[in-house]
Amino acid sequence: MRMKGAEAIVEALKREGVEVIFGIPGGASIPLYDELYDSEIRHILTRHEQGAAHAADGYARVLGKAGVCSATSGPGATNLTTGIATAYMDSSPVVAFTGQVATPFIGKDAFQETDVIGITMPITKHNFQIRDVAEIPEVIKKAFHIAQTGRPGPVLIDLPKDMQEGEAEVEFPDKVEIVGYKPTYEGHPRQIKAAAKAILEAERPVILAGGGVIISGASPELIELAELIMAPVVTTLMGKGSFPESHPLALGVLGMHGRKVANYAVTDADLIIAIGTRFSDRSTGMVSCFAPEARIIHIDIDPAEIGKNVRADIPVVGDAKRVLRQLNRTLKEMMAQAKTKAWVEKVQQWKKEFNPRMDYDDVPLKPHRVIKEIMDFLGEEDIVTTEVGQCQMWAHHYLGRSKPRTFISSGGLGTMGFGFPAAMGAKVAKPEAKVIDIAGDGSFLMNIQELATVVENNINVVVAVFDNRYLGMVRQWQELFYDRRYSAVNLGSSPDFVKVAEAFGAYGTRVEKPGEIRDALSEAFDAGKPAVIDFIIDRECNIFPMVPPGRCLKDIIE
Amino acid sequence: MENTHYIVALVEDRPGVMQRVSGLLRKRNFNIDSISVGATEIPGISRITMTVRGDRVTLEQVMKQLNKLIEVVKVSELNPRESVIRELALIKVNVKSEGARAEVVQYANIFRGRIVDVAKHSMVVEITGDEDKVQAFIELMRGYGIKEIARTGKTIMARGAKSVKLRE
Ligand SMILES: Cc1ncc(C[n+]2csc(CCOP(=O)(O)OP(=O)(O)O)c2C)c(N)n1
Ligand SMILES: [Mg+2]
Repeated sequence: MRMKGAEAIVEALKREGVEVIFGIPGGASIPLYDELYDSEIRHILTRHEQGAAHAADGYARVLGKAGVCSATSGPGATNLTTGIATAYMDSSPVVAFTGQVATPFIGKDAFQETDVIGITMPITKHNFQIRDVAEIPEVIKKAFHIAQTGRPGPVLIDLPKDMQEGEAEVEFPDKVEIVGYKPTYEGHPRQIKAAAKAILEAERPVILAGGGVIISGASPELIELAELIMAPVVTTLMGKGSFPESHPLALGVLGMHGRKVANYAVTDADLIIAIGTRFSDRSTGMVSCFAPEARIIHIDIDPAEIGKNVRADIPVVGDAKRVLRQLNRTLKEMMAQAKTKAWVEKVQQWKKEFNPRMDYDDVPLKPHRVIKEIMDFLGEEDIVTTEVGQCQMWAHHYLGRSKPRTFISSGGLGTMGFGFPAAMGAKVAKPEAKVIDIAGDGSFLMNIQELATVVENNINVVVAVFDNRYLGMVRQWQELFYDRRYSAVNLGSSPDFVKVAEAFGAYGTRVEKPGEIRDALSEAFDAGKPAVIDFIIDRECNIFPMVPPGRCLKDIIE
Repeated sequence: MENTHYIVALVEDRPGVMQRVSGLLRKRNFNIDSISVGATEIPGISRITMTVRGDRVTLEQVMKQLNKLIEVVKVSELNPRESVIRELALIKVNVKSEGARAEVVQYANIFRGRIVDVAKHSMVVEITGDEDKVQAFIELMRGYGIKEIARTGKTIMARGAKSVKLRE
């Protein structure tokens, strides 16, 4: 078929099943937007490109398929980068399109030219610049393939303006072949056997589930494994929701602000079965005292993660779901009696003993109480997103989740301003779910302009502001490690979040007493428009327990 | 233990591929001593030779991370004891007297180098060999005054039947 580049782009997107694009147009992407004007693909105009990238990311994390965002060249492209880096760190399949100056102008410092390929090389799984109109369908096919398979990640396609406007004979391939890209899905049978053997020998096993379990949809297999071998399960921030936190074998999250029981169990384990996790420093604490007595089985689709941060005794490269299926089958064939009874009892004892308190009645509000009310209010399929800071860690620690893809947080990059646009993307992905952003006041201000987007598009999310008028997490570190020298963390009294919400046309309300929380949540979700709840919380409340940086998981401050 | 490792990567010959490789090495904080690139027997595929310093774990990480690059098709480590390692250097030396000129020609012959350019007061010597040989020759030339050195960086090939192929 002979068609214009822009038309080929939109056609290729349709063939990929793209239903929505988050973005902002500009001079270098007008031809693409002209084509989108008549297309059935929904375009959601965000108010900042960072919002578009995070929204696409939130969308992708909810559905497990690529989220798409678009920006013009130069400043539009650079505004996307924080969102792209966020998606990269958390292995999220985002496909980003950027306009670019026409090819004859590239390298001339033309108006709004920026080397987005160079800039995004280290923060994308791959990127492409279109150099020939005829290659558009194949490049887009490759981009979606790369973004969504193996260890997912963001892919960027740079679209010089003349490539959007030019015409060519194009063909849409059904499949693409990329010589240098062949992810391993199936685990090696010998490694599976070795893993099974180690599991049956273990007396104190702990399963450590990361984001890979969610990405590969391996939760049913994970539950089966845990029950089969009677092993307690801890999750990382990215793995939260991969294993129901209400399950008797669940110990909750581990790490710097993890549950005490989780950190204790990992430290005393004789076997760690790590699945789809990269052993981030926030999860492991100091590596030299991480699980010191344990052998480590490390299952991951990315061979480069094996041995990168933590030594692996039994590496298994493959997709978590397939590997767990193989492993469960092998275990059933070899089935011996699990030797973990005493261990499970000990861990259950800790779990009871360390169970955190949440039912505070204080005024100003304790964040634990707000989290508890939100948790009780939500159904298990509803979605929680978070900003970054104490707010995020309160949610991470206290807000129990039972289903994969219902807890969405910027883990690797820790991007303030992520939660709200990600909530928008999540709500677009799953309109029937309640979506709430657990927000810090500082973080919310970083992408608060997206209130206009959610109001204009009736994307009815709720933002729960944990309003402490501080960059609270930084203040906490200054309190604990820098002699309470509160340098540049006081957020003062501006703005009035209720009035801001109202000015944007959203619903706004303020909550100061514990008894008002539940009604405020009902009213916010029933408002018929996006809503902001300003929870006035205890200003200097810290997130504990805490493992100080560079310390062992058991060195907990409470 | 810190060691020098020789890594060969076959890559798709596309704009930016060298930047992807070198950017990756920088971002991951790997030490490279030399990196060179050239065409191969396969159309569209280039060969990058890197020498990387580090222990076994570092080496493994370098190779795995390189493998993750979409345009990297194959990554191999070559054992220097079972391989031919070569580097080419062009050295422009001052020759202020007829005596100096004769000596430089003589040394070049001993090192099996070639005189590739002769001017009134200087000569360009081309020398090929392993690092030690190239280095030794350069040291000898210092006495005459070196005006300019251009070195290609190392390239390596396994001896015998073994070779770096696209697919095993
Ligand atoms: C974009 C960005 N800038 C700076 C930081 C460093 N940082 C981490 S937490 C934090 C404070 C967050 O404040 P707030 O959103 O109010 O949450 P709180 O900790 O008070 O709950 C800061 C500044 C960051 N993570 N992201
Ligand atoms: Mg705050």
